[in-house]
Amino acid sequence: MGLIREIGATLVAFLRALGSMAIFLGRLIIYAPAGLLRFRLVVQQVHNTGSLSLAIIMLSGFFVGLVLGLQGFDLLRRFNSENVLGGAVALGLIKELGPVVTALLFAGRAGTALASEIGLMKATDQLSAMEMMAVDPMKRVVLPRFLGGVIAMPFLVAIFTAIGIFGAWMIGVAWMGVDPGVFWSQMQSLVSMDDVREGIFKSIVFGVAASLVAVYEGYTAWPTAEGVGRATTRTVVITAVSVLILDYMITAALL
Amino acid sequence: MQQTRTVELGTGLFVFLGIAALFFLTTQTTGTGMGRVETYTVTARFDNIGGLTARAPVTMAGVTIGRVEKIALDPERLDAVVTLQIDRQFDQIPEDSEASILTAGLLGGNYIGLGAGGSLDSLRDGDEIYLTQSALVLESLISRFLFSQSEDDDDD
Repeated sequence: MGLIREIGATLVAFLRALGSMAIFLGRLIIYAPAGLLRFRLVVQQVHNTGSLSLAIIMLSGFFVGLVLGLQGFDLLRRFNSENVLGGAVALGLIKELGPVVTALLFAGRAGTALASEIGLMKATDQLSAMEMMAVDPMKRVVLPRFLGGVIAMPFLVAIFTAIGIFGAWMIGVAWMGVDPGVFWSQMQSLVSMDDVREGIFKSIVFGVAASLVAVYEGYTAWPTAEGVGRATTRTVVITAVSVLILDYMITAALL
Repeated sequence: MQQTRTVELGTGLFVFLGIAALFFLTTQTTGTGMGRVETYTVTARFDNIGGLTARAPVTMAGVTIGRVEKIALDPERLDAVVTLQIDRQFDQIPEDSEASILTAGLLGGNYIGLGAGGSLDSLRDGDEIYLTQSALVLESLISRFLFSQSEDDDDD
């Protein structure tokens, strides 16, 4: 009896969280035009989430590219098809690894920062103080951070993917001796504009999901030290799971 | 003031890098978009195109000189009509050249190889290549091989 009740309670709690997150997203979308008026705040947040994530994104992208280059080369050599290395790596990066890995890194680097910042503002009553001054914290604090994340994400994904391809090029062409012309021409004949569009679409969806989870968790965190810590953890976990599920659904829909 | 300048510079750099990366992805990794060259089209008929697909390369002496634009079935003659787009700069291809469907490597896709003919007239936009060689289909190759093998046995 107790078990069933617990399962039911968990389900209800899950649905409530999903519902309130959807309502939160709806409010943010309605406020979005107002947020663009406070352009300077959005720029500041693009800087916070985008520029400051640049180093980790570039470094990770480079090493993911190197690994893909090595593994891909080793695998393709068994079929005497090293020539398709460029295309295989580019397709993998553009369609899957670029958006997904960037979203996971984004959750770890920028998402946690957003959630703990907003949560701490709440815990130290800064949000209540804004309300007292008739400033809506949703518009002043949450919205610019959300928009900043949404704007920064596609750029981060593009940078990650481009550097990854460069890493694979270094392994394949500069080290393993794949012909550079073949490397690029195979890539260009394998990758179509639809693949790039799929990657960009994914990066936008993941940007919305990761930013939404971060600001939602921060905004609804318990206003205590423990609550802020928990919100930060939940941001990473929920973002990672939802990005992977969304990725599967988008891939299945577009295939 | 110093603070906002750093923010603006950092954001500007970030957005610039992002747009550069997007530009790279859309133009350099795909075969479409910028860098499109002037082309002319010729057609060729094949009995069997095997695994040839649109956008497959057209080569001459191993050098890519164009792409397959589209593949269609002629409803009357029931053979495949392949439309080739060839780079304008290669406009000296003899009109009696031969087009054959070849395979690149084991996993590689099919492509069209042009073998130069001897005519003094060259192919023009809208011309048709009459000499063609269909794709080698593995099953028919094997059956032909087995057939000739058993004929050899009969001779003994």
